[in-house]
Amino acid sequence: MKVAVTGLNNIDSPGPGVPVIRGLKDSGKFDGTIIGLVYDSLEPGMYMDNVSDRNYLIPYPSSGLEELYSRIEYVNEKEGIDVLIPTLDSELYSFTKLAPRLAEIGIKTFLPTTENLNMRAKDKLFDFCQAHDIKAPKNILASSVQDLYKISSEFNYPVAVKGIFYDAYICNNFDEAKTAFHKISHKWGLPIIIQEFIKGEEYNICALGDGTGETIGAVAMKKLYITDNGKGWAGISLKDDPLMKLSDKIISALKWKSGTELEFVKEKSSNQYYLLEINPRFPAWVYLSVAAGQNLPYALLELAQGKKVEKFENYEVGKIFIRYSWDLITDVSKFEEIAVKGELVNKPE
Amino acid sequence: MTAFAVPSNLAVSENGFLFVPTSGETFTLNKLGISIFKLMQKGADTEEIIDALLEEYDIDKTTLEKDFTDFVNQLKHHNLIEEK
Repeated sequence: MKVAVTGLNNIDSPGPGVPVIRGLKDSGKFDGTIIGLVYDSLEPGMYMDNVSDRNYLIPYPSSGLEELYSRIEYVNEKEGIDVLIPTLDSELYSFTKLAPRLAEIGIKTFLPTTENLNMRAKDKLFDFCQAHDIKAPKNILASSVQDLYKISSEFNYPVAVKGIFYDAYICNNFDEAKTAFHKISHKWGLPIIIQEFIKGEEYNICALGDGTGETIGAVAMKKLYITDNGKGWAGISLKDDPLMKLSDKIISALKWKSGTELEFVKEKSSNQYYLLEINPRFPAWVYLSVAAGQNLPYALLELAQGKKVEKFENYEVGKIFIRYSWDLITDVSKFEEIAVKGELVNKPE
Repeated sequence: MTAFAVPSNLAVSENGFLFVPTSGETFTLNKLGISIFKLMQKGADTEEIIDALLEEYDIDKTTLEKDFTDFVNQLKHHNLIEEK
């Protein structure tokens, strides 16, 4: 069994690749090879011990579908990939479109449809929530700075200014919103989403949908420590029945097929949950789900292979993850391998 | 006299650490807080709690009643108890 995984960028805003691989290996049932698919020669995951066996550079999604497909085809000819697990938001549209062609060359995936991806996209989320009676903050789509003038007539500051894929800033006035607009649009393009700020505590759910509307598993987490750029650096598993029911309802409404991260805020004044985002892949904290008793990455691997997977019924609350940074020392020859040849072998076949 | 309802999923450790499994919140209670919380869990009402604490601690009744009221208000603010 050879499983290709992306998102080995274990940086300050980590990709989910390494924890997904850790989950597969921790299952005790996985005895295969991990193929790392990386976008950058310095993605830490491929240099870490016991993470990936062999690694290949792949082109950024902006290079186009054909270039990506041709590179995957090359890797497949060398390795014979059984299952491919993409883990990054920005690449999912490409892999979803390529899924039928990948299947033709023997590579299985377990991905949402393009329609599903669009339904939960940040610019469509409010409409989805309204259609399914789910509370969500109001939003404005801004394609130019002019659109920011609508903020004061639609809702009050502060507001959350978000990129279509990544990045978010809390802005307290027009000037801050304008600065955030330029910062995000320069990096991630348009539109920018201006979201009403709901005051309360944030709660996240890591879940796996089987594509028929069933939730295979779901684990809730509250961030205990947040970095300056808003990333959770520690979190604790918890369980609140209304939150879990809401998560099931969302996955059922979308007929979600794949891993996902649902982000909520519990409004302080009403104690009601508002859906902030549906991320179309496992979160970087997915390993907490494994530690709490739901090995969602391994369940996804089984689903991708067409196996029947039993629904997880419970998990342990009070499990904590704490990230840390660690200076991994390696040799320039490894960097040379991936930078020059685009391939890095940690464990030969 | 007022009694208190403590959610059945709440437990306080010997060190005074309190974890709320539905919200992920954590709190630390001091020695007096632990005693009060445990008495509330046993179903004691205000008068029984005050009497028990006056026996256990060297404190005058007026100060204790004030501290007790402050503590109850904090517990209610964090949705850790309800008055019956």
